[in-house]
Amino acid sequence: MIFNKQTFKGGVHPPEYKELAEHQAIEALPLPQQVIIPVQQHLGAPAEPIVNVGDEVKVGDKVCEAKGYVSVPSHASISGKVKAIEKRPHPVGGNVLSIIIESDGKDELSASIAPVPNYLAQDAAEMKKKIQAAGLAGMGGAAFPTHVKLSPPSDKPIDTFILNGAECEPFLTADHRLMLERPNEILEGVRIIMKILGCKTGYIAVEKNKPDAIALLQKLLDKSGDALKVVPLNVKYPQGAEKQLIKAITNRKVPAGGLPMDVGCLVHNVGTAKAIYDAISSNKPLYERVVTVTGKGIKHSKNLLVRIGTPFQNLIDFCGGITEDTIKIINGGPMMGIAQYTLEVPVTKGTSGILALTKAEAKLPEPEPCIRCARCVDACPMNLLPNTLARVIEYKRYDEAHQLGVLDCIECGSCAFVCPSKIRHIHFLKFGKLEVTKMLKSKAA
Amino acid sequence: MVNQLFVSASPHISDKDTIPRIMYGVVISLIPATIGSIYFFGIRSGWIILLAIISAVATEAGLQKLMKKPITVKDGSAVVTGILLAFNVPAEVPWWIPVLGSAFAIAIGKIPFGGLGYNSLNPALLGRAFLLASWPTKMTIFKTYPLQWISDYPRLAEFLSKLSLYKTAAEEKLSLSGIDAITTATPLNVFRQQKDIIAQFSNDSAMGEAVTNAKTAISQLYDSYGNLFWGNIGGCIGETSVFLLLIGAIYLIYKRYINLRIPLSYIGTVAILTWLFGGTEGFLSGDPLFHVLAGGLMLGAFYMATDMVTSPVTSSGRYIFGIGCGVITVLIRLIGGYPEGVSYSILLMNLTVPLIDRYTKPKTFGKADKK
Repeated sequence: MIFNKQTFKGGVHPPEYKELAEHQAIEALPLPQQVIIPVQQHLGAPAEPIVNVGDEVKVGDKVCEAKGYVSVPSHASISGKVKAIEKRPHPVGGNVLSIIIESDGKDELSASIAPVPNYLAQDAAEMKKKIQAAGLAGMGGAAFPTHVKLSPPSDKPIDTFILNGAECEPFLTADHRLMLERPNEILEGVRIIMKILGCKTGYIAVEKNKPDAIALLQKLLDKSGDALKVVPLNVKYPQGAEKQLIKAITNRKVPAGGLPMDVGCLVHNVGTAKAIYDAISSNKPLYERVVTVTGKGIKHSKNLLVRIGTPFQNLIDFCGGITEDTIKIINGGPMMGIAQYTLEVPVTKGTSGILALTKAEAKLPEPEPCIRCARCVDACPMNLLPNTLARVIEYKRYDEAHQLGVLDCIECGSCAFVCPSKIRHIHFLKFGKLEVTKMLKSKAA
Repeated sequence: MVNQLFVSASPHISDKDTIPRIMYGVVISLIPATIGSIYFFGIRSGWIILLAIISAVATEAGLQKLMKKPITVKDGSAVVTGILLAFNVPAEVPWWIPVLGSAFAIAIGKIPFGGLGYNSLNPALLGRAFLLASWPTKMTIFKTYPLQWISDYPRLAEFLSKLSLYKTAAEEKLSLSGIDAITTATPLNVFRQQKDIIAQFSNDSAMGEAVTNAKTAISQLYDSYGNLFWGNIGGCIGETSVFLLLIGAIYLIYKRYINLRIPLSYIGTVAILTWLFGGTEGFLSGDPLFHVLAGGLMLGAFYMATDMVTSPVTSSGRYIFGIGCGVITVLIRLIGGYPEGVSYSILLMNLTVPLIDRYTKPKTFGKADKK
């Protein structure tokens, strides 16, 4: 179809900087001396510690248990002794109860991790149970528990699965490398997902700036004959945002305040697909992931296979350290990532990258008055009015902010990126979302 | 670890465009028309533009210093206001006209509202309206006809006339036979006068000759597209050359400092309405191309209606704004008291911007599908 352009409204074209790390093959980071496993690495209820200080653990042993349905457990990522259970700084903010494990250097695997013969024969409910037990949460950044996403209510059947390999954040290349180096595992993960969902249509969405990954996946699919379609997408941020991705590929619009399942879609990140394969095929819990360590402030950009819980400092040291003019360390990409004040924070399940920005890149110019140029309005993929929202939130007019749809903001940062006045829209919008949620709660009460 | 780490909300990178970059981009886009104004009306227009810029910048800096506020003239917005104000005056105004106009634009049109970003009316147009209301004769007599200054330099005149870029006074008179180019000036003025003659006397058989003459004059105007396009006509110093204004506009669009929603809907509306109602032979007899090329429409549509601060932020709002400007412009040109209506139409539409923005709030992504 000529008119069904595979895109979405709005968006921006930030410089990509993918060249820093995209040709670096994934390297395993040497085992850290200690790991910090926060009980909260996912959206939902925090998990509960099930080990005590002094306990011996092996790689893959559960150290905290899911509390309720929208929650996942976490596992030891090295073998050794539990040294402490205390609050530690968390890369997403604040201090979070964490289990600190001191390495014994042996890296012994838990006995439960073993290949499962004929794993595709397991039934869907069994698989979902295993996925929760493996501690899977979305690895694209938001870290929503995977098993919940895989369990749509019966009145909302899912007919379309989309594998998200867009990786639209500048700098990050972890998903790209994973697609190049572990394509078979990812595809097997997709087959498992589609079996669980019982859906027939599957797409693999990759931005056109990764032609090698597109070609490789296409070649493998041609050989295997799967009914999956690789969809090369225009390079535009935020192409990998769930709602925008679904719109671009299926032309369906997820209703405001709704979820992809409302339009019969499900989106999973490539990293999650690989982890699903690991969990189903060998009962391997999510205790390691690929992290891109990059940015002009990093001496040697790399893609690293890292144990969950490894402090940022270890990764940065392995990459040659940071340059003197580095002023920002970010968990994630430059558009949505979270700036860190310490390098003691650990890699979590949602850490897709560690980015070091130099003074020149991470300038913080004083915001100037809005000149109503409307670039933010044109850039907003959710069709909001970021300039107006920022202003009403600044003046604490939360009722108005609610009417203007502040809760639909996906915090992609396109508005603040294009703003010539350097207004920090996301600062206001994040705050406004909190305040509006509070206001609604107190009204309901 | 010696680095001090900074923490702030995402995003951590931003586009390289800043307010000064945009404002000086607009200044760059106005350079062709500035050079054109000097070419057509002599070095005098250069002085007018310079005085207007100096006055605008000095007024802004002076007032901010007086109020002990940060001085923001470096952002370039006052320079843009100065140039646009100068573009809107005839070449032979006394030196204090651009000075007063710019000062008024900044001191009344911009600073009292809180400076850049907060004014609801386009300052340059407000300055022009002030000048037009206060010194109407100085602002509406266009004594200088294009390239007149060249006659002071006989050798240059001879040279240019060989290249057929210039016509000597004798040749000029000849080519504009029916119209006295020296006192009646702008094409829209001529159009207006002749149209009024036709309207007044078309049923009076005794005046048949006058009506015929008027009709001839208008059809001659319609044949002057070339002059209208290149700018070889009377008018305010910056508005005459459609060609040079379009060069600047293409630059602005290429740099994405403006988009086409307002200019296209504005110009399109003027074209359609003048075609429908602008003729002397009744419905559908108008000449849209003449109305689009004549007067200040190009300057207004590309450089002043698109002023970010005083136009809507929503996509559909900008179309409504452009259409509104077009309707008012045509009403003034065809029915109202002035031959030209671009500046008033934009000022009037500026006032509707908050309302337009309120009623054209875009539908949130996915909102339409919600039950």
